[in-house]
Amino acid sequence: MTATTTTPRSPGAPASPRPPVLEVRNLSVDYGYGEAPTHVLRNTSLTLHRGEVLGLAGESGCGKSTLAYAATRLLPPPGLITGGEVIFTDRFGTSVDLLRLDDAQLRASRWRDTAIVFQGAMNSLNPVFRIGRQLTDAIRAHRPDESRQTSAERAAETLEMVGIAADRLRSYPHQLSGGMRQRVMIAMALALEPQVLIMDEPTTALDVVMQRQIIEQISELRERLGFSVIFITHDVSLLIEIADRIAIMYAGEIVEDAPAEDVYRRPRHPYAHGLLRSFPPLHGPRRELGGIPGSPPDLLHLAPGCPFAPRCPHAFDLCRTDRPTLGPTAFAASEPSRLVACHLHAGGVVPRELTAGVPS
Amino acid sequence: MIFLARRIGFYLVTAWAAVTLNFFIPRMMPGNPVDALINRYQGQMSSDAIASLNVLFGMDDKTSTFQQYLHYWSLLFHGDLGLSFAFFPTPVAAIITQSLPWTIGLVGLSTVLSFIIGTLIGTAIGWRRGTWADSILPITTFFSAVPYFWLGLLAIMLFGVVWQVLPASGGYDGGLVPTFSGEFIGSVLQHGLLPAATIVISSVAGWILGMRNMMVTVSSEDYVTVAQAKGLSERRVMFGYAARNAILPQVSGFALSLGFIVSGTLVMEMVFSYPGVGYVLYQAVTAKDYPLMQGVFLIITLSVLVANMLADLIYALLDPRTRQEG
Amino acid sequence: MAVNAATLDPTVIDPAAVPAAATRHHLVFLRNTKAMTGLVLLAVFTVLAVIGSWISPYDPSALSAATMSPPSAQHWLGTTNLGQDILSQILVGTRGVMIVGLAAGIIATALAVIIGVTAGFIGGVGDELLSALSNIFLVIPALPLIIIIAGQLPSSGELTVAFVISITGWAWGSRILRAQTLSLRRRDFVEAARANGESLWRIVIFEILPNLTAIIASSFVGTVTFAILSEITLAFIGVTSISNWNWGTILFWAQSNQALARGAWWWFVPAGMCIALLGMALSLINFGIDEFVNPRLRNTGQNARTMRRRGIRARIGFTPVARSAQPADPAQPAGRGRKDEA
Repeated sequence: MTATTTTPRSPGAPASPRPPVLEVRNLSVDYGYGEAPTHVLRNTSLTLHRGEVLGLAGESGCGKSTLAYAATRLLPPPGLITGGEVIFTDRFGTSVDLLRLDDAQLRASRWRDTAIVFQGAMNSLNPVFRIGRQLTDAIRAHRPDESRQTSAERAAETLEMVGIAADRLRSYPHQLSGGMRQRVMIAMALALEPQVLIMDEPTTALDVVMQRQIIEQISELRERLGFSVIFITHDVSLLIEIADRIAIMYAGEIVEDAPAEDVYRRPRHPYAHGLLRSFPPLHGPRRELGGIPGSPPDLLHLAPGCPFAPRCPHAFDLCRTDRPTLGPTAFAASEPSRLVACHLHAGGVVPRELTAGVPS
Repeated sequence: MIFLARRIGFYLVTAWAAVTLNFFIPRMMPGNPVDALINRYQGQMSSDAIASLNVLFGMDDKTSTFQQYLHYWSLLFHGDLGLSFAFFPTPVAAIITQSLPWTIGLVGLSTVLSFIIGTLIGTAIGWRRGTWADSILPITTFFSAVPYFWLGLLAIMLFGVVWQVLPASGGYDGGLVPTFSGEFIGSVLQHGLLPAATIVISSVAGWILGMRNMMVTVSSEDYVTVAQAKGLSERRVMFGYAARNAILPQVSGFALSLGFIVSGTLVMEMVFSYPGVGYVLYQAVTAKDYPLMQGVFLIITLSVLVANMLADLIYALLDPRTRQEG
Repeated sequence: MAVNAATLDPTVIDPAAVPAAATRHHLVFLRNTKAMTGLVLLAVFTVLAVIGSWISPYDPSALSAATMSPPSAQHWLGTTNLGQDILSQILVGTRGVMIVGLAAGIIATALAVIIGVTAGFIGGVGDELLSALSNIFLVIPALPLIIIIAGQLPSSGELTVAFVISITGWAWGSRILRAQTLSLRRRDFVEAARANGESLWRIVIFEILPNLTAIIASSFVGTVTFAILSEITLAFIGVTSISNWNWGTILFWAQSNQALARGAWWWFVPAGMCIALLGMALSLINFGIDEFVNPRLRNTGQNARTMRRRGIRARIGFTPVARSAQPADPAQPAGRGRKDEA
């Protein structure tokens, strides 16, 4: 395993030279098969680089989970992928489009290449099977030639890796606490040493202490095993601690994509700015908390133009007629690795509060 | 274990309730049923039958109702259900003992078979929604809307009368003596085929629909998505994860609806003149043989309770959450 | 009508819009094809129940010379071995079926509501006892119980039968209503009403019952089905009075006169078909109620149709990919995009 560890970067450093492992390109997803489906994702693109922790944040209903589920083709009915590509590149540089694989190929790729830890571990485990069986069936599905003995040892090993005694393999899910179940899910996800781990709100249902323990454990395991992570949460402050890069989603579109530190200290999109102001700062002086006035748009009746325009304090005429696309910021020269979808940056006048860190 | 203890407690209470109902129903009837009966039979009844009736209905005023109740229980424990007066002086218990194995064989086997077939079909339809298989559903509506016995009548008409391929009445060939000979067993199977098939066809619809709906519900559970995300084979996800959980409510539904199903299948025995308790009940009704009717009611209820207990046992085996605490 | 009025006189629009919104729920229910078919069928049978004895061509008990005749111009559904007209028997018998079904449905549903809602609302020991009671009645096979009660009653008129059936038929509805009440009891609006100090019965009548309407309706329809099937079975076995005409009595006479062996299909097929039609009407209404209450079931049906048209197969764990999502181009078959781009 090519364990690439995180290298500290200065703000505005050039784009990461690390190769991409999972690229979502122009992914479009509808809910509903009828005449008037809801377009929950519209041409969304996102790149996860090898060894990176990518945070995906946004209000609930913004499509962040949909993006993860659609990219793995696990979105339940009535979800429908209407376009785009999801390119997975393995360690040897071979790329495949996950959306074009047939069932057998996709099954073989699942869990071996990309594993997922779902929201709410309470329901992620089959209540009628022992933990051990649920760990080994994943291993055995992908390594049919391996002996039962080896699979069982592997299962015990991964369970111990997340700090659970191997004798818990004999337990049923209902005999474990919530935190333990989530660890079992993480162990299960890592059992085949996948290259990408998608975590959908993995700690939301847990108390703060347990949340912290699990986050630390994930960071530690990542250092050790070198997988890449897409971490989905509505809790931006959590992301700032663990993510290398953060993508902010709004109404089914990515509005800002930049190194974590930059998003936190120097947001360029008005929505990212508002979102960050609604969380207390982790360090530094206290500041007034602010929310974002208004509510997320109804995706079924989306007006033309920028979906954030009705709530945006800086919206101008163009914002109400033309939809912005993800592109460089107004300060691309000094921060080439940042992307933002906002007319203010593409020809408009960037308001002061979105220009932090720019040499004037 | 607490689960099973609770269930057994419940069945004991239900058995007590059934016996008590059986005791009190004749006593709660308006007027004097014995007199009404004697009138109805216009002197054709023997004095023994009248005495038997008086005990059954508690019309001998010498003892209090409570004493009668205790006496009734002690009779029950001795297997005494009174004397039938349609087959006077055969004891009710003897008639039932003779007919019960037939019912268990026919109704029991075909109900279990129907449950298994229906559950399998329901699994397939629920898993593959939006295919041709969904068109089975309207057909199931039809079958759940007609009384079982009417389908029995149709089956007799078609197979027994028009095409004459299967015997349409009785449990075995009348010319044979019940032994364990190959010929006799062959005859039993041949006679059982049509009623059994009719019971399966008329009751399978409910199981299909129930399992299909549970599969639809369970399919959206997270653990099924996880199983797919793990890249398990389709068969494994379908049976090990979806159906394995969907069957739990199906089994408890089986326990709860046994009463309904058994009621329907008893009538099927009447239609096919099958020598089980259902047919005995029919004869009892026709002859106004109250001791026999009540005995049959009691035995059917107790059998259903035993079947229920078995279903609960299976449920406990299938669901680890009922077995352990914590 | 409404459209015309609105276009002719703009001032009508506003007042018309308000009741439209208020009755939208009912309209959704009526727009459901299944429910509509069921209601129409039920209405036909109800009308027959009322006018059956007037429009029947013959007296159902009257004997005639045409014995055991198959359907003909004189006797549309043939005659019995005594020359009685079967069509008349069915028409006249509809009333008995409907009266017993309706009466038993009302009594049993009332029992179910009283016992189920009380059990769910009071909780504790009272709930345990009432639930045990309904479970006992669920487990005890209903038909033999009805037989021993009805068989020993001195009279077996229609209302008596309805009453006996409802004694055994309330348990299922009660169980469902209890479960629903239990979940309603913990909802915010009920908690709020309690915190406001509203009386128990006020809460039950104004907060709980309105939210149970659909379930009560579906339980009523289910009980009516159960009652009709039980009544017909009872008549068929000969437990209840065989002189009252209903569809079960027809089958009783058919069975006891060897209609099967004589090949007289017209004697028992029409009655059975009527039972089947009425039963299906009731099931369809119940499906309609289910889909009305549980939109997930409704969507499944509609999805299945549109998906087949677009060539999409929804599967669990394998989200369909349809690249030609723009439905604007009807000339192109669905799902072509895949080939185009490959």
